[in-house]
Order: sequence, then C-alpha cells, then structure tokens
Amino acid sequence: MTRKTAALLLFAAFALLPMIASALNDHYLVVIATRILGFAIAALALDLILGYGGMVSFGHAAYIGIGAYSVAILGRAGITDLGAHLLAAIAAAALFALVTGAISLRTRGIYFIMITLAFAQMAFFFFVSLSAYGGDDGVTLRARSTLMGQPLLEDDRALYFATLAILIGLYLLAVAITRSRFGRVLTGARENPVRMQAVGFSPFRYQLTAFVISGAMASVAGVMLANQTGFVSPAFMNWHVSGELVVMVVLGGTGNLLGAVAGATIALMLEEGLGMLTEHWPLFFGLMLVIVVLVSRDGISGLFRRDRG
Amino acid sequence: MTSLFLLQFLNGVQFGILLFLIAAGLTLVFGIMDFVNLAHGVIYMVGAYLVVSFTQMTGSFALGLLLTLPATLLIGLVLELLVFRRLYDRPHLDQVLATFGLVMIISEAVEIIWGAAPLSVAMPDALSGSIPLIGQMRYPVFRLAVIGAGLATALGLYLIIGHTRIGMRLRAGATNRAMVAALGVDIRRLFTVIFAFGAMLAGFAGAMVAPILTVDPGMGESVLILAFVVIVIGGIGSVRGAFAGALLVGIVDTLGRSFGPILLRLVMEPAAAGQAGRVLAPMLVYILMAVILVLRPAGLFGQKT
Repeated sequence: MTRKTAALLLFAAFALLPMIASALNDHYLVVIATRILGFAIAALALDLILGYGGMVSFGHAAYIGIGAYSVAILGRAGITDLGAHLLAAIAAAALFALVTGAISLRTRGIYFIMITLAFAQMAFFFFVSLSAYGGDDGVTLRARSTLMGQPLLEDDRALYFATLAILIGLYLLAVAITRSRFGRVLTGARENPVRMQAVGFSPFRYQLTAFVISGAMASVAGVMLANQTGFVSPAFMNWHVSGELVVMVVLGGTGNLLGAVAGATIALMLEEGLGMLTEHWPLFFGLMLVIVVLVSRDGISGLFRRDRG
Repeated sequence: MTSLFLLQFLNGVQFGILLFLIAAGLTLVFGIMDFVNLAHGVIYMVGAYLVVSFTQMTGSFALGLLLTLPATLLIGLVLELLVFRRLYDRPHLDQVLATFGLVMIISEAVEIIWGAAPLSVAMPDALSGSIPLIGQMRYPVFRLAVIGAGLATALGLYLIIGHTRIGMRLRAGATNRAMVAALGVDIRRLFTVIFAFGAMLAGFAGAMVAPILTVDPGMGESVLILAFVVIVIGGIGSVRGAFAGALLVGIVDTLGRSFGPILLRLVMEPAAAGQAGRVLAPMLVYILMAVILVLRPAGLFGQKT
C-alpha cells in the first residue's frame, strides 16, 4: 500500500466517523475523535522535527498550551474569531520556539531532550502563576471560537470537521516540507551535520526553522483542543503531555508523518479503552510501554515498521 | 532585613542540598551509561511515602529512615535488573519511553497503595524546635539536620569518588566508558551498584523532606525537572558540578521567590512588582540555565556535549 492510499483511507475513515457515531447513537465518539485529531496535529508537528530532523523535543506540550491560552486570553478580551486565535497562537508559539530553539540547538543528545523539557516547564510555571487566568485551576471558556462572526463551531460535529480539515491541511503541508529541498537538508543535517556544513549548508538555520515551524503547528493543536474541552489550564503543558506526544510519534513510527496521526489515534484509543476498564489505566499503559520497548529491539516503531518515504 | 536574607539563604542552601542528593545519582547514571532516567523523581517520592509508613509502623522517624534506605536501594536494584540493564545500548528515545512508562506505573501504584490524598509525618521530637543563630534569629533544627546530612553525604561522595578504587573507575567511566571496559572493568556491575546507590540517595532525600513538606503523588515530578536543570548547569557526569549546580539552583530559586518582588518594587509600582515577581520567580532557574548554556554549552563542569 502506498503512503498516498494509506493516507486516503485513514482520512476517509475519520471523515465517515460522525456518521458511524450517529448510527450507533454514540455522540461521545465524536468528542473523543476530536481530541484524537487535536493530538494528531501536535504529534504530526513533533514528527516533523523528531523523525526528519532527529530533534527529540520533550517539551512540545508547551506549544499546545500556548495555543490553548491564546483562545482563553483573546476570548476574554472579546476577540472570538478562530482565525485571530490561530494567528495569535502561531505568532506566540513561533516566537517561543525561536528563542528556546536557538538556545536548545546549541546542544545535542540528552542535553537537547532535557533543555526542551526545562523550557516547557518554564512555560508551565509561567501559566501556573498567572492568577488573572485562574493560575493552577485554569479558566473555563465562555464560548467556542467563532467563524466569520458566527458561532458555527458550537456544534460538536462542526468542530470535528474543522479540526479534521486543519489536520489534513497541515499533513499536506508537512509532506510538502519534507519533500522540498529544505526537508532534504534537514534530514541530511540529522544524518551528518558536519558533512552538511562541508557542502555549504548551515544545519543550525535549517534546524531552527524546522523547530519554529513545528512549534507553530503544535500551537494549532492547542487552539482546537481548547475549543474541544471548553477549558484551558496549565495541565495542557504538563510534561506528561510532552511524553505522551513522543509516545504517539514513536508508536506510529518516526519519520513517517502519517504514522504520527496513526500513533495518536492508537495511543488515545488505548487510553480511552483502558480508562473504561479501570481508573488506574496509567499503570497498564505504562506497563505496555515498558514491555513493548523491551521486547522490540528497534523500540516501539520496530513493531509497527512501515515503508518510509 | 539582613537576618531575613540569612534565613532565606539558609532555606536556599537546604533546598540545594536536597536537590544535590537527587541529582548526584542521576548525573552518574547519565555520565557513565549515557542513560536518560525519567523515573528518578518517582523514587524520591517513594522514599517519602515509605518513611511515612515505616514511621507509623515503628513509631520512630529514625527507625523509619533506617528502613527506607535499604528499601529504596532494593527498589533501585530490582529496576536495574528488570528494566534498565536491557536499555543501555538503545537510543535515548527508547530510554525516555521506557522510563516514562515506569513513571506512569510507579505513580499509579503509589496512588493505589497510599491513596491520592497528601500524607504527612510528624517531626521527630529530638529534631523539632529551633535554635538561635545570630541575635534574634532562630532556625529550625530539622532543616539544619537536613543541611548537615546532605553535606555529610557530599563529603562521603567526594571521598569515595576522589580517593577510592571504585571512585577511580567511576571517574574513568564517566570520561570514557569504552576504554574502561577494555581495561577489564565490569562496567555493568559498576553501573548496577551506582544505580542502586543513586536510587537510595533519592529515597533518602524524599525521606528527609517528608516531615517538612506534605507527601503527595506529584512531588517527584517538579523535583525531577529541577534535578535535570541542576545537571545541565553543572555538566553531565560531574558530581562536583551537581553540587555547585544544586546549591546555585536552590539559592537562586529561594531568594528569587522571597526577594524578587522586593527588588522589583524598586523599579515598579508595588502591585505590578508583586504580580511580576510571582510570575518571574518560578522561571528564574530556567533563565539561569539558559544563560549558563549560552556561555558554556556543556555546563559548568561538563566535558562533553
């Protein structure tokens, strides 16, 4: 199966899901699926730098949080338009990614993992101490974002399709990026930064640009997730969320953009499924994670390895 | 004002010492086996929970502490034999995932065993109360005991690492693992010992703070991230760096929280200074880390990036 057919099948399944939900009379399915799509956007963003650039960011939850707070802060100021929310989120996330990325990219390996984690914690504590927006407790949104002044997204299905449309758009954008000259330089810098430098490219600039694009993309996930939950709190940027994003990407197979979408779907369905069986689902989720890493020599992606490209 | 400064400075030192106990084990694991262990913070948490239970069982904090140390050592040993041992040659990503899974398992297990509500343990009688330091200023005996215990541990580590055969192997392992292994040192067994010992130090730190903080399921996480910051500042694999980094982070964090708003008031409206201080204080150590990394990408005492 080519990647194109796989993508068509996966997105077609997502497009048909609301119909299946209404046939089953299970409205909650659409709500869960919207959450899945939101996280799929963030996982896609992470895979762009993790899979193609070799940059293991352990702080991508920060960008989800920045996107979510853009909705809350602009909403309170009376600006409710989705376009404005997206623009603000992208601008703020790009700025945060530019500054923290420039510092983080001075380092490699474990240092990079830990520094991205530390910067995300910094953002986390910033919003925890922001008492005007509920601090630790967060804020409830008054309403969802509007489209052209109309409350079109108040309908759960409309929000679902809007999120799906954004995911597909960003997926196509990400595919285009990885296939471009820029994407190839990025992959080259992952494989051998010294050689890339010798050929005349500055790996740092390419990596930083990719980091900024990825952060901006992940903030879009935050905007949609805030709309889905109707609630924004620092929990969006808890380091656990960053960890789960890495799990999703690796679960689907790194360096395979569609895999990120599939990984997010599998991980969240597992969480939901285990959550229905027991309130102690993290114990079993963690157990599975450890076992899969131990059993598969190539990590989780080895179990699900697909053709790259 | 001076005595308040001294008081907060001591609190900062006490917090720094605590961070050192956690970061010391973590940095050796990083430095020698190049291993990312996200589960280190939950062992600190388990240490705190164990001391609560053992103290209730025996009726004495000292006995509780004595039982907690071998218990966390044993937990470290079991984790090393069951999980970590199999992950040394794997990419960092696999280590991150497996230890992230361990965090989920252990956190949830702690909630199942001890419940989600915060617990507390009574201050031991012999160490409660406070003693006069300078003039009017008094300082809690227990916090001084924490500082003393931490300094003694640091001294012990210094002697072991600097003046014994196992310490020599340790330092050599942190610099060039392959070379040490080629010279015939069983680096895996060395690592098993270090890992279990590091787990015990983290458990010790958790047990020591149990009487002054509440014991809750989230306590391991904030400390883990701060321990990472300490290690990044100090330089991976360097215990000396961990000591310097821990004190720096402890003091900057504590003083920033108490004096940040006061300093900001010199240049701002009082209300704005209060708000800005509250927002900036928790970020201060991360800003410190960023500045140090810009100047020295391998940390203060680090050699490799």
